Amino acid sequence: MKLHSLVNGIARHRVASALLFLLVFPLLMPYEALAINILIYGLFAVGFNLVFGYTGMLSFGHASFLGVGSYLTGIAMVHFGVHWIPAIFVGVLASLVAGLFVGYLAIRTRGIYFSMVTLALGQVIYYAFYKAERWTGGENGLRGVNAEVIDLFGWHIDFLNPLTKYYIIWMFVAFALWLVSRILASPFGSVIESIRENEKRTVACGYDVARAKLLIFVISAGVCGLAGALRALHLSVVPVDSLHYLQSGQVVMMTLLGGMGSFFGPFVGAGVFLYFEDIATNVTKYWMGAVGLLFMALILFFPRGIWGSLMHILKQRGMLQGDRK
Amino acid sequence: MLDITPSLFMLQLMTGIALGAVYALLAIGLSLIFGMLTVVNFAHGAFFMVGAFLGVYFLGVTGNFWLSLVIAPLVVGAIGLLAERFLVRPLYGRGIDYPLLLTFGLSYVLIDVVRALFGIEGLPSSTPASLRGAVDLGFGHFPLYRLFLIGATAVVVLALWLFLEKTRYGLIIRAGSRDSEIVRVLGVDITKVWWLVFGLGTAIAGLSGVLAAPTRAVNPEMGIHVLAEAFVVTVVGGMGSLPGAVVAGLLVGIVFSMTALMAPAYAEMSIFVLMALVLLVRPQGFFGKAGALG
Amino acid sequence: MSHQDSNNVTAANRRQLLQLGAAGAALGTAPFLFNIANAQTATIKIGFPVPLTGAFSAEAQDQVRAAEIAIKEFNDAGGFNGRKAELLVRDDKLNPGEAATRTLELIEKDKVDFIVGSLSAATQLSINAVTRERKIIFNSISQSDAINEAKDWSPYTFHEALNPHMTAGAVARYAFPKYGKRVVYLTADYAYGHEMVRGFERAGKALGATTLADIRHPIGAADYSSFLPRIQSLKPDVLVMCNFGRDLVNSVKQATDFGLKEKTRIIAPVLLYTSRQAGGADAFEGVVGGTSYYWGIEDSVPAAKAFNDKFRKAHGGAVPSDYGALGYAGIRSVLQGVLNAKSTDSLKVSLAMGQMKYNWYKGDQYFRKCDHQSVQSVIIVESQSKGMKDKNDVFKVVGMENPNEANLRSCTELGHKA
Repeated sequence: MKLHSLVNGIARHRVASALLFLLVFPLLMPYEALAINILIYGLFAVGFNLVFGYTGMLSFGHASFLGVGSYLTGIAMVHFGVHWIPAIFVGVLASLVAGLFVGYLAIRTRGIYFSMVTLALGQVIYYAFYKAERWTGGENGLRGVNAEVIDLFGWHIDFLNPLTKYYIIWMFVAFALWLVSRILASPFGSVIESIRENEKRTVACGYDVARAKLLIFVISAGVCGLAGALRALHLSVVPVDSLHYLQSGQVVMMTLLGGMGSFFGPFVGAGVFLYFEDIATNVTKYWMGAVGLLFMALILFFPRGIWGSLMHILKQRGMLQGDRK
Repeated sequence: MLDITPSLFMLQLMTGIALGAVYALLAIGLSLIFGMLTVVNFAHGAFFMVGAFLGVYFLGVTGNFWLSLVIAPLVVGAIGLLAERFLVRPLYGRGIDYPLLLTFGLSYVLIDVVRALFGIEGLPSSTPASLRGAVDLGFGHFPLYRLFLIGATAVVVLALWLFLEKTRYGLIIRAGSRDSEIVRVLGVDITKVWWLVFGLGTAIAGLSGVLAAPTRAVNPEMGIHVLAEAFVVTVVGGMGSLPGAVVAGLLVGIVFSMTALMAPAYAEMSIFVLMALVLLVRPQGFFGKAGALG
Repeated sequence: MSHQDSNNVTAANRRQLLQLGAAGAALGTAPFLFNIANAQTATIKIGFPVPLTGAFSAEAQDQVRAAEIAIKEFNDAGGFNGRKAELLVRDDKLNPGEAATRTLELIEKDKVDFIVGSLSAATQLSINAVTRERKIIFNSISQSDAINEAKDWSPYTFHEALNPHMTAGAVARYAFPKYGKRVVYLTADYAYGHEMVRGFERAGKALGATTLADIRHPIGAADYSSFLPRIQSLKPDVLVMCNFGRDLVNSVKQATDFGLKEKTRIIAPVLLYTSRQAGGADAFEGVVGGTSYYWGIEDSVPAAKAFNDKFRKAHGGAVPSDYGALGYAGIRSVLQGVLNAKSTDSLKVSLAMGQMKYNWYKGDQYFRKCDHQSVQSVIIVESQSKGMKDKNDVFKVVGMENPNEANLRSCTELGHKA
């Protein structure tokens, strides 16, 4: 069955297939800025899911890392004149540090308390950035995050060209997705999944669970920080609500929409969420209620999410082998 | 700098207690629902907001504040009953995250429904005529309505305590929160108990909305802010503990009020710092059970 | 010739004739079609990102209504060389990130020629960050001090609305001499709040006013009771509410509850028509504030009467609000710029707008050269609850400050090279 082997081939090279699809993605979207938003939030959701779907910890403060990545990249460029490429690294580094700080404190708690601590710490970070008006612009946000034009070997890379911007961002997202995929496929990836399944047993097997949790938390923060850095370059501004708990809630919604039990689920969820929101906004002023209804319907009837349900159907039909996600 | 006289201090304290009263009521509802059903109700702020809207609406329709004080929470409780029956109940047994997330989506829907029914601007609300004016407390003039708020909260808390401690139904609720299986074994329909407790919790949230409405602007977004504050109180007091909710509510109200006096710019942040501290040092809060749902 | 032959010939002729006819018709109509297509695709597109949902949706919807009047006026008068204007309204949800995305959509997908809009400081700065990079004119129709500053500004940035400095200054110059010089500020702790305080203090200094305290509160706070006892104990002559919209409604209500009005006069830099409606007559009784426009000035300003009548006619007797009027003016200024420049090229229109003198709805206005701030009048109003002629008659006009560049912050202060 040709279809069978095609599906399996795609599944085996999941990252490559996804990236190939994303290359042509902008042609499917009504405008590039939406496609770029989907790339960015897709990466954000995949990063978040490392902690939620793979390790089993529901964080309600992950917007902090998106925001820290955005702000530090922006601050490096606006206040220190750093070029946008090294500025991205600054943003990622800052979010790794933030991840270390929040993770170290939050890991000591479990379950619902973990969610509450991340919420609280997230709000503290939000207010701190809000008040540091001189650096962050406060309520007005940080403006002027403009990527310089690069003229290299005859290539003219200008972010003002929406398609160029898309493909540059695609490159960064591609790298990050590949990296995450490698991490999850490694022995470390198995450890964190076993933490989700049964933490006590993992400890009994001799693994340093606290260290593993902290490590995955920091990695997750870094990935989300990269998404944030890219977002700053995309919008030319860093809005302060990037750090608010509603933004944290939104990434949880996106992940669940797509399905937290798979690698691409969150990415698909982000795409569907943003696309649906875009359409809903043009159709009705009650888009918030529409999104809420959609979300509730998913939780009640499709807990695996869109992508997860699709994978499940394919597996049931025997088109997918084993535990391919 | 600021001259903090004893009378200013006392006035600020009283203000904090009045603020804390609203927090306490909200936290009681959240804690009830959490303690009994282990559901974190992310729509609690939205129920508060619905209560405020209904309170103002019924006041406009009947002209009687006391009547609206009774009707509005009942309507909110009814909505809560519907929500539990059809939205939350299917999710039991699936893990603690699902009801939490569902209620998050529910809050979005409630906000837009209120916008559709009452408009985006909100409703103008004013203090009921019989409760206007200020009272001379010796150290300064304090609004009568806020005294009423403190009193009303005390009455509700007392009534709730009596219900839980002295009635048979209250006994079932207390037992159910400690061990739902045994209660089932003893022949009690625990599902029905959960249903009614959810309704009660949301009704109390609605009540706090009705009471708070005259003191602030009533608009569809008013619950978003208040929810975060309610979480702070519930965590500090201990999730699932009613005395904790009351004590923590007052404490947070006072902390906010006094910080507003000394360092107003940091008032908002201070309560979240408090929340984080409590979670890190004593996660079960002041009165919660240690190890509960870790 | 046989009968068949003649038929064939006739059939062939008929076919040929049809073909010739079709070709002729095609040729005849082709240039016509070509023209229609050209004219249709060449509308002047103006993007209009405003918060249709969220806290200020009432104001935003009024902005849209008034903007539509300006578009229709332009089109009915023949447009620009036959080209009509088109308004593309988008919802920015009062969210700067969303505003940036919508602006990108308008520029990249809809290929707009100009952008007018926004209803908060943060969103307009966000929109501006996107438009200036791409050299698209943006005429902002809401308050902000920051947009005039050199680091945010560009030759394509225009500010139709008032800024906090102008509004605060005008209200201070009216209120301090009248009500007293001991002042307390209750300030929303964000840039806009700070800008208002700065405006008041600067004007106040010239009048000998003293600041007893500047109390900051978190923006969006619902409960101001924590700040009121302290204010009461300071016993100021004037309490200035340096906040906006719902914050203002909340704080005024609670200040009234605490009995502050007995000894203190409450003033606000910006008194919104919609806030007054939402807060109610009681809470706002006696509060004095500034505004860019109030329909009530039509008794003394002919341009206002003309504008109000246009609005009444189009919207069943309703009167325009302050932000609504800005929606109208924002569009008119840009379209007049197109007519004056005889072009839709951004740079040419920008130069034309910079040199315009106009009077759309409230008196003479022009854009200051260094920062494109519209120099305009500020109207001082006092909220009333008694003697109202109808539900629209909520304010009493107590003063009007004429347009004066001296009331703006200087070009050098804003960082512009002289």
